Amino acid sequence: MITIALLGLPALAALFLLISRSAMAKQIALVATIAELVIAVVAAVQFAQNSSVQFLAEYGWIPSLGIDFKVGMDGISLLLVLLTAFLMPFIVYVSFKKKYDNQAAFYALLLLAQTGLIGVFTSLNGFLFYFFWEVVLIPVYFLAILWGGERRVAVTFKFFIYTVLGSFFMLLGFIYLYLQTPGGSFDITALQSLQLSRETQGWIFWAFFIAFAIKMPIFPFHTWQPDTYAESPVSVTMLLSALMVKMAVYGAFRWLLPVTPLAVEDWGNVVIILSVTGIIYASCIAIVQKNLRRLVAYASIAHVGLMAAGTFAFNSQGLQGAMFQMLSHGIGAVALFYVIELIYEKTGTMEIASLGGIMSKAPRLATIFLIFILSTVAMPLTNGFWGEFLLLLGVYKYSAVLGTISTLTIVLGAVYMLRMYQASVLGKASAATQNFEDITFQETLILSVLVVVIFWMGVQPGIFIDVAKPAIETMLSTATQTVLN
Amino acid sequence: MNALLVLSIAGIAALFSGFSNNKKLTFAIVLLALAAVFTVNALDWNTSVRHFNDMLFVDNYAVAFTGVMTLTTFFIFALFVDYKESVEVPNAEIFTLLFFSLAGGVMLVSYSNLLMLFLGIEILSIPLYILAGSKRHTLTSNEAAVKYFLLGAFASAFLLFGIVLIYGVTASFHIDTIAAYIKNTNGQTPALLVAGMFMLIAGLGFKISAAPFHFWTPDVYQGSPTIATTFMSTVVKTAGVGAFFRLFAYAFPAITAEWIPTLAVLAALTMTVGNVTAVFQSSVKRMLAYSGIAHAGYLLIALVSLSSNPASSVLYYLIAYSVSTVCAFAVLMVVQHVSGSEEVDGFKGLSKRSPFLAFITTVAFISLAGIPPTAGFFAKFYLFSGAVKAGHLWLTIIAVLNSCIAIYYYFRVITAVYSSGSDSAPVELGTVQKAVMIVTAVLAVALGLFPEMIISLL
Repeated sequence: MITIALLGLPALAALFLLISRSAMAKQIALVATIAELVIAVVAAVQFAQNSSVQFLAEYGWIPSLGIDFKVGMDGISLLLVLLTAFLMPFIVYVSFKKKYDNQAAFYALLLLAQTGLIGVFTSLNGFLFYFFWEVVLIPVYFLAILWGGERRVAVTFKFFIYTVLGSFFMLLGFIYLYLQTPGGSFDITALQSLQLSRETQGWIFWAFFIAFAIKMPIFPFHTWQPDTYAESPVSVTMLLSALMVKMAVYGAFRWLLPVTPLAVEDWGNVVIILSVTGIIYASCIAIVQKNLRRLVAYASIAHVGLMAAGTFAFNSQGLQGAMFQMLSHGIGAVALFYVIELIYEKTGTMEIASLGGIMSKAPRLATIFLIFILSTVAMPLTNGFWGEFLLLLGVYKYSAVLGTISTLTIVLGAVYMLRMYQASVLGKASAATQNFEDITFQETLILSVLVVVIFWMGVQPGIFIDVAKPAIETMLSTATQTVLN
Repeated sequence: MNALLVLSIAGIAALFSGFSNNKKLTFAIVLLALAAVFTVNALDWNTSVRHFNDMLFVDNYAVAFTGVMTLTTFFIFALFVDYKESVEVPNAEIFTLLFFSLAGGVMLVSYSNLLMLFLGIEILSIPLYILAGSKRHTLTSNEAAVKYFLLGAFASAFLLFGIVLIYGVTASFHIDTIAAYIKNTNGQTPALLVAGMFMLIAGLGFKISAAPFHFWTPDVYQGSPTIATTFMSTVVKTAGVGAFFRLFAYAFPAITAEWIPTLAVLAALTMTVGNVTAVFQSSVKRMLAYSGIAHAGYLLIALVSLSSNPASSVLYYLIAYSVSTVCAFAVLMVVQHVSGSEEVDGFKGLSKRSPFLAFITTVAFISLAGIPPTAGFFAKFYLFSGAVKAGHLWLTIIAVLNSCIAIYYYFRVITAVYSSGSDSAPVELGTVQKAVMIVTAVLAVALGLFPEMIISLL
């Protein structure tokens, strides 16, 4: 029932906004997302820490094709639902000062995207998963194309075509799997208990992987991403980088690894090499970026690359690292884009060259910004550390060479992040930052919430790791058994 | 069968209603008549009666397809209430022609005798030749009529020749007898019969505009008044595919090896030609013509995988396609009128001029592109799963790649709607027009969310 409430609340709120066209749209949206967070926390409290699927809700949908409306949460789903619910209030609030035309529609679309995300993270039926996977895309498409920057039309178009192209192959993969099940079913247990030949698994693997690789994005499927991040309204950039990227990693966790373990064994090395290449490639490009948002976009590719490498290393450390890093990266992305947006509001620019000297004018903002950056470069005591540590351990266990190369992510990450901080915050004030005012008390409070969570996860990572651990271990042992047989 | 009677009477009544100059009366008569056709047709559900010495066999299949065509025609008639494009033929006559054409369509989905197939095609087509040329003083309209008529007559000749060849071998026009004859030959199918079958494919392929018999489509669609184009691309396609499906499911199921490879090639060719050419169109009307060709290609996949694709997948696909196409054309009619062009650029700035219209366009084109949560998505999903099940994996992969191309040109229209345009005058919509848009858009979404009610029908 809780799962249905989580799915229904944002959808109903969105519907209300669309019909009422209320002038209080943003406040209503904020209240709705906070209410959603409360429900998610209640779910987390009630959650029993084992590998089973809880809060199950199942209804017949298209019975003649074996398609049920079946949703529920295990530890992996729960953490991502919590992440979504926790970040959405920030994503809504960051646009509060923007003067958008047709506000009600803007916030309604954000809420619809939230329903879609929760749907992706809780679906236990392949068809339903695909359904939500595509449904998320529609509000995001309109948010980007209606409220984006100057080049929004061309950029959003590219993003949309790219992602839909990937999804169609995933659909084909699902159809194939569906036809292999006895009696025809899309249910997750039916799909996961399929015994497919090694060759078939290879085909299925690539059909799914292309969809996930485009969404994450993994090198060389990433070309849509920096432009889209730069041109979209800030809420959408946050939504894309903090949450929609996680759809793909989650998709691999739930629908790819358990269904095609033999193919992961065969093709894992290709994927990890691609991911590691992406890490180095994106990091190098990030170093020379001149725009704050684009820099964070490339940094994001690097971080996601490491997540993908850890996931497809397919061992306990890699998977748990990817799980933890999904949370850290989500929080980190929202945090960084939030600060960049604040700087942009005050100076009207995101160009690093025209900034500088913020530290002396706005010490509060500068300090918080530094904490966010340290979390991104995996400083111990912050959440970023545990995610990257476990991921690197996982990749290292898979291959010492690749693991060593991946370690460069921390070195290069420190280079581009600290360089950005140095150039935009330290030094002398420029023309743009001459009259820079520090953030208000309210803004400090909001950002402090993120700071607290960053340290909390950094000091007590066990609380979060333990939620998903049983589910991950069960998945891993089932898959290992299949491989051994 | 009763549907056919009511339709014929309605056609004549519509003609006489033209004597009074009361337009509203005409609309009331024709819409009521269609409602009557729909009801009478629905009453035939689960009766499976053979009529006219077994010339027509009204089974559930026929009833369902007739229902779809009637409903689509109802929407098209309703769109006519607020129709602005000048057509130099009195309304009453247009309705009469469409009624008779629909009657031909009904015959096409319920025949059990090849003669009725031929009659149906002719009755369906002749009114359309007239309608295509109904903008008498427009060059393109005249061109459309002549092209459609000449090529249509040519295709009919093929069809007739095919029927004759089959008759020569089997001594029967009845599809069951033909099927029984083929079964008795035990794999030694006479070459003449196979030749006849291929001629039928060519003749029917022309009607549903399958490549390489599609060359007439873009010019005819573009030249005809939009209201006639809407009818051609929905009702005529439904009838043609219905006839195709009936022919192969009833008459030739025993010799699948003879026709499956051919139809598979036709399907791949049709999809690819339709989609790739649509990308290069700047006129939305022409683009929809090519997209119609592409959809015919997807539907041919359903025929190829007849063994595992039940009639319900063809039915569902046609409903989804018809509803979305009518919706798209309804918008096109308005845009054509207010911006004076049917180009993609005419759609620019529509979101500022009428948010309602922008939303409707979005739903229609998302559904045509096959993206959830719309009916177009489920239609493709259902059809593709049948094709994979029947072992046509490669054909399905071609179809998937084609769907990606299709997204490109459908979303070009949606993108245009939301980009800024030069004109900013708000768009006024007629009440009935608006109602049709709302109903078709709601159907496009509702059927996508709850497909069970259609797919459990057949």
